[in-house]
Amino acid sequence: MYKLTFNEDLCLACGTQDCLVRCQHMDIDQKTARIEMEKIINGEDSFVLHDCATCYACEEYCPHGNHPFYLIVQRQDELGMPPLPEPLIKRGIQTGIPFRGEPEIDEIKGTALNMCVFSNLMDRVQGRLFEGLPIISHDSRKMFHYFCQLMYLHYGKTSVINERLDKIIQTLAAHKAKEIIHFHDECYGTYTSYAPAFGIEVPFKSIHLFEYLYNRLLELKNEIKPLNYKVAYQRPCSSRLSPPMHQYVAKIFDLIGVENVKREYVDENAMCCGGTILGQKKEGSRQYCAEVQKKNIDDMKNAGAEICVFNCPACITTLGKPVQKEGIWPLFMSDLCRLAIGEKIG
Amino acid sequence: MESIYQALVEIVGEDYASNRHEELFTYSKDLGTSPPQWPEYVAAPKTVEEVQKIVYLANKEKVAIVPLGGGLTLAGLALPLKGGIIIDMKRLDKIIEVNEAARYMVVEAGASHGKVTAYLHKHHPTLMHSEPGAPAAATIGGNMAIHGQGDLAHPYGFNTDMINGLEVILPTGEIARFGSCAVGSGWYTMHPLPDLGLFLGWNGSTGIITKISFRLYPYKKIRDNDAFTVSDENLVPEILHELTHLGLTEDLIATSSEIPPVMNRLHHISIMIAGDYEEEMEFKRHMIFDLTLGKYIRSGVGGIGGIAAERLRPQISKSADWKKGGGFEYVGSIVPVAAYPECYRRGSEISARHDIPYTVLGRVIGCCHAMMFSWSYAFNRADAETVRHAREALHETDVMVMELNGTIWKPAVFGQKLMMDRMDQTTLQLMKKVKDLLDPNGIMNPGNWEVQ
Ligand SMILES: Cc1cc2nc3c(=O)[nH]c(=O)nc-3n(C[C@H](O)[C@H](O)[C@H](O)COP(=O)(O)OP(=O)(O)OC[C@H]3O[C@@H](n4cnc5c(N)ncnc54)[C@H](O)[C@@H]3O)c2cc1C
Repeated sequence: MYKLTFNEDLCLACGTQDCLVRCQHMDIDQKTARIEMEKIINGEDSFVLHDCATCYACEEYCPHGNHPFYLIVQRQDELGMPPLPEPLIKRGIQTGIPFRGEPEIDEIKGTALNMCVFSNLMDRVQGRLFEGLPIISHDSRKMFHYFCQLMYLHYGKTSVINERLDKIIQTLAAHKAKEIIHFHDECYGTYTSYAPAFGIEVPFKSIHLFEYLYNRLLELKNEIKPLNYKVAYQRPCSSRLSPPMHQYVAKIFDLIGVENVKREYVDENAMCCGGTILGQKKEGSRQYCAEVQKKNIDDMKNAGAEICVFNCPACITTLGKPVQKEGIWPLFMSDLCRLAIGEKIG
Repeated sequence: MESIYQALVEIVGEDYASNRHEELFTYSKDLGTSPPQWPEYVAAPKTVEEVQKIVYLANKEKVAIVPLGGGLTLAGLALPLKGGIIIDMKRLDKIIEVNEAARYMVVEAGASHGKVTAYLHKHHPTLMHSEPGAPAAATIGGNMAIHGQGDLAHPYGFNTDMINGLEVILPTGEIARFGSCAVGSGWYTMHPLPDLGLFLGWNGSTGIITKISFRLYPYKKIRDNDAFTVSDENLVPEILHELTHLGLTEDLIATSSEIPPVMNRLHHISIMIAGDYEEEMEFKRHMIFDLTLGKYIRSGVGGIGGIAAERLRPQISKSADWKKGGGFEYVGSIVPVAAYPECYRRGSEISARHDIPYTVLGRVIGCCHAMMFSWSYAFNRADAETVRHAREALHETDVMVMELNGTIWKPAVFGQKLMMDRMDQTTLQLMKKVKDLLDPNGIMNPGNWEVQ
């Protein structure tokens, strides 16, 4: 049984309660925040457990590197208070079940790229930026063997993650790559934040896609032609698990000559894509999701963005079409980088 | 033998008639579990007159004729059970008229649904017809001959409820028209003439449909495929009832399947909505998800499975892929919507007995007046044992439909017999009289709806 490392004393002694006070989805003053955190620590019911939008942001807001979000989810699980209706939980849990044979394990020397459950996005990792990089989970029939499981944080189900993650890690590790670049930062967050927080051993080194892209672009620096686009970045929830990696967004934008437009919902104040809010049990969730998306897209529009850049396949599924309707081009970061070195994207 | 072939060549030309083994081979099979049935000839006429000449020839020679559209029923309904000539209707595919103002369309019966959809999309983008979920090669005539249903079944019923006029070549070769077109008034209505509904649902055994006028409906610019998911099958009928009371949706389909695991023991209700304006869409979503289904969401028994997913037309089942070997056949039935839970439960038991992952689907017809409920059984074409299992499962399902007081839709011969065994004697004898009257030589798709 894995156990979350959460320093309760540190939390109760916190002078800011930023985890809840800064929450974009609940209006909580510091006094209430302290009371509610205490309840959560003690395993008691709290409105936070019911109203949490599961945007992960409190992981980043916590000034102590404690894990308030993991704790909230664990309590939702223990107290049987999932944020989503039961059929969606069941559906979600079943999504991760592999059903088309065992994965083929080829040994990889050095560094590999892990596509997790996004084998259908192989087109997004083409060209010189990814040249020579062996790929793990390129076959969509087998991709659930590589599913990092972190999605279940939206389902109030740390138990599912903890039950399955070790096997996934073993499968990844079986490829024997020394370093694994993760296409989605949800995987990066799993192996560098969630697993250590729960004491789950990870026998390989993880690299964030953006760090990799930045370094690869540096190698190809002479071929970069500034793109001169105005760009907004849709920061995904899982980026909150690796704040130091977020700096690579600005560094890449600088390197490829795009303007990171000034807007309200950016960096620590980034707005969730709404995908997970849509189905929540809480009254008015669907409308709230539409509201959040509208605010976010209006903000991009007002800032003059021509392109909206994504890391997360779920965000692009949720927001891609709506931003496009507003005349903003939805693009994966990898594709934006490919454009900068003069490659065509499919 | 040779003289029939020569006569066919004279009618349709050498390129469109055949008695060659390798070509007949293709026509001897359909995609389901039926064993092959070999025709002796195949002819592909281009005009109504050519079809008529073939019918006269068949009467003269007392040889069976079987009209074939896309051949996609899976139930072997266009296989030549008694040999003879297959009339492949696919070249008879002209689009004759589209009347935008009165919202109808006249086509030759071999026109495919794919062609009709593409044509409307290109030339009349504000109109649509009710397209079945069959592969795009399915023909309008074949679909009407079996009382098909499409993606407008919830608001407007069976595709055959949308017919405005028919032209049919009778089994003896004469051409008859039905509806306003019979009195030369155009193709805009089937009513109010005396009812002569003798050709629909007969699998081509009472005549060959050559022209059809059918209704078109507004095609709205924004089209969403939304989903609502429940675990408890007993909730499905009441949810569908509430949604049809609201009356804001197009297609309504509930599905459940063992594979992929994400669908297992869950019921996904696809809710198709359409609108010309974003405001219209948001109004519909609000009415559907917040006001009508909100109570299920808040109590945790139902959830929004997705909003605004892309809506492909036609929506085609992928369940043939679940077993290696790419085969599947389904029993369709017309049942009350209230039967959904039992249909699902008993169907999944049949599947389990035959080691086939269960796949079921229910499409609402009309304002919850009925549902087309189907049970699909996948098999490996190269493995006779899996084919046998699928066939047995299909037969057990036919029997179950009867036990549930359902009506088998597009039954294979086995199911036709089950229904005729139960049929009221007067009706059965009337069917026989109609058939004998229209087809004195018994040449039209013999073996289908054959009253002993
Ligand atoms: C994956 C899949 C999904 C499907 N989904 C649907 C669905 O959603 N809705 C639906 O309704 N069906 C569905 N079907 C069943 C079937 O494919 C369709 O009903 C199709 O429209 C039948 O048309 P066809 O041209 O293939 O007919 P065929 O199979 O060629 O013929 C059907 C019957 O009609 C007779 N016939 C053919 N043409 C004529 C004519 N011109 N005059 C008189 N008789 C004729 C034939 O002899 C045969 O008995 C599906 C099938 C598949 C494989």
